[in-house]
Amino acid sequence: MTQTIVIAEINNNAVHPSTAELVAAAMAMGDAPTVIVPCTDASVANGAGNMGAGAIIAAKSAAFTHYDAGAWAEALDAVAPQGTLFTGASPQSKDLAARLAARRNLAVIQDAVAIDGNSITSPVYSGKAMQTVSVNGPAVVSVRSNVFPPSSGGATEASVLDTTGNVATSVAEFMARASERLDVGEANIVISGGRGMGSPDNFVHLEAIADTLGAAVGASRAAVDTWEAIPHAMQVGQTGKTVNPSLYIAVGISGAIQHLAGMRSSKYIVAINKDPDAPIFQHADYGIVATWEEALPVLHTAFKTMLG
Amino acid sequence: MPNIVVLVKQVPDTNAKIAVNGGRVDLSAVKMVMSPYDEFAIETALQHREASGGEVTALTVGGAGCDKILKDAKAIGVDRIVRVDAEGEMDSNALQTVLAKAVTELGAEVVYCGKAAADTGAGSTGPGLAERLGWASVSNAIGASFDDGLSVIAPSGAGNAKLNVPLPAVVSCDKGDFKVRKPNVKGIMQAKKASVDIHSIEVPASTVTVTSHSLPPAKPAGKTYDGGAAAAEVAQLLRDEANVL
Repeated sequence: MTQTIVIAEINNNAVHPSTAELVAAAMAMGDAPTVIVPCTDASVANGAGNMGAGAIIAAKSAAFTHYDAGAWAEALDAVAPQGTLFTGASPQSKDLAARLAARRNLAVIQDAVAIDGNSITSPVYSGKAMQTVSVNGPAVVSVRSNVFPPSSGGATEASVLDTTGNVATSVAEFMARASERLDVGEANIVISGGRGMGSPDNFVHLEAIADTLGAAVGASRAAVDTWEAIPHAMQVGQTGKTVNPSLYIAVGISGAIQHLAGMRSSKYIVAINKDPDAPIFQHADYGIVATWEEALPVLHTAFKTMLG
Repeated sequence: MPNIVVLVKQVPDTNAKIAVNGGRVDLSAVKMVMSPYDEFAIETALQHREASGGEVTALTVGGAGCDKILKDAKAIGVDRIVRVDAEGEMDSNALQTVLAKAVTELGAEVVYCGKAAADTGAGSTGPGLAERLGWASVSNAIGASFDDGLSVIAPSGAGNAKLNVPLPAVVSCDKGDFKVRKPNVKGIMQAKKASVDIHSIEVPASTVTVTSHSLPPAKPAGKTYDGGAAAAEVAQLLRDEANVL
């Protein structure tokens, strides 16, 4: 069997639960993986216990204080066994996957959604086609979240290895996001508005529902390009963010191919649009042909009753 | 004065429908264009040249058909256009090895590229190239300034960070809050006359090979309701049927 290694996903100085999905992905190719937790404090690695790992290594280094691609790749390479490495598919993890692969002179396969032994499938052309590749020898594979069922059991104790990496970049300043809201790329539920919202002021109705659901608010490219008040950070689609939430609610969005590219892999899609011929309805699990003025108050009341 | 290289790649028009024939993507009827994120990379490279002088070279890897996007880059304002003559599929390892040689031959001190190519969406080339060259890298930059050395704005944690980047470095560019310049008549005329420098570099073997393409699985037809009142029923179905609330 192929020796496999998982680089744990870290969020807010803790092991992210999606790491258990990476373990499952690794086991679709080979043995129970060694999970490596990049950390500055080895106790963080305890969070990787009971995720199905064969072994857990706390890779401890001051280099992990801030993300520097070269330093992280160097510090992880020094402690990771040889074999096929798995990472998450967030922008930062894909970046790390690419550097790690190059460091070991391996090929990298990004955004895996299916793994069967040495055969790996990922979306290409913005999800308009799927590509299956065959891997001969070790590689680095980044894995999309919400695809593999999380694994459990296995190792609970981490062994600690000190490591080091040469940090090249330095932070001049942190810039807070303009909005305190959840980022569309991280949220499990996203509600997005398009030009059909009529005015950027009407996005407050989406924000109200987002607050009830704990969702992020997104926007179509048309909305971002039309209204200065809607920042590019909110844009879902080909030149914006690709999202993969459990629930995506598209309001006043026609469903241009640009937009579909960024959200079509959402688990469930709800579309609200007054035009019954809008392409978005062909991709929606639940379509509501109505104006947002009609549908959103009803939807919001129903959510509040259900979750209140 | 830095020697600036910008990587460009030819991809199918992002609005094109992708067909699969005989288990392979069929691009014969698709218009090919420069990958959209590469335009942000060219803009950033040109801003760098304007701030500090130097020369911008657009570099691609591919067959003669890729000369068109190099001419497009020339029309926007790059100084030189270079193509590594190589066709066929390459895995990331093979491609980055070729690019690392080409960038070294060109004597570059900074490389800009798009955050990902619109065909694979992988985003591996920038960071992988940097690692092979032993350079710093920052990915997904949304802005750059050149006043006091290179600094870029890129996502960090829950927000953004302004990062000081020592050269040599590779920066991959996302769409930022800046407008990209378009070719003007003079640029288009110069591009017509410009010649492409061809480099020959040996391509190492790939360990990853494409075995098949398929269309994404069709979603079962959804339910559609008329009128806003149906939103209450949809909310209930999201809980009871979809189980997402």
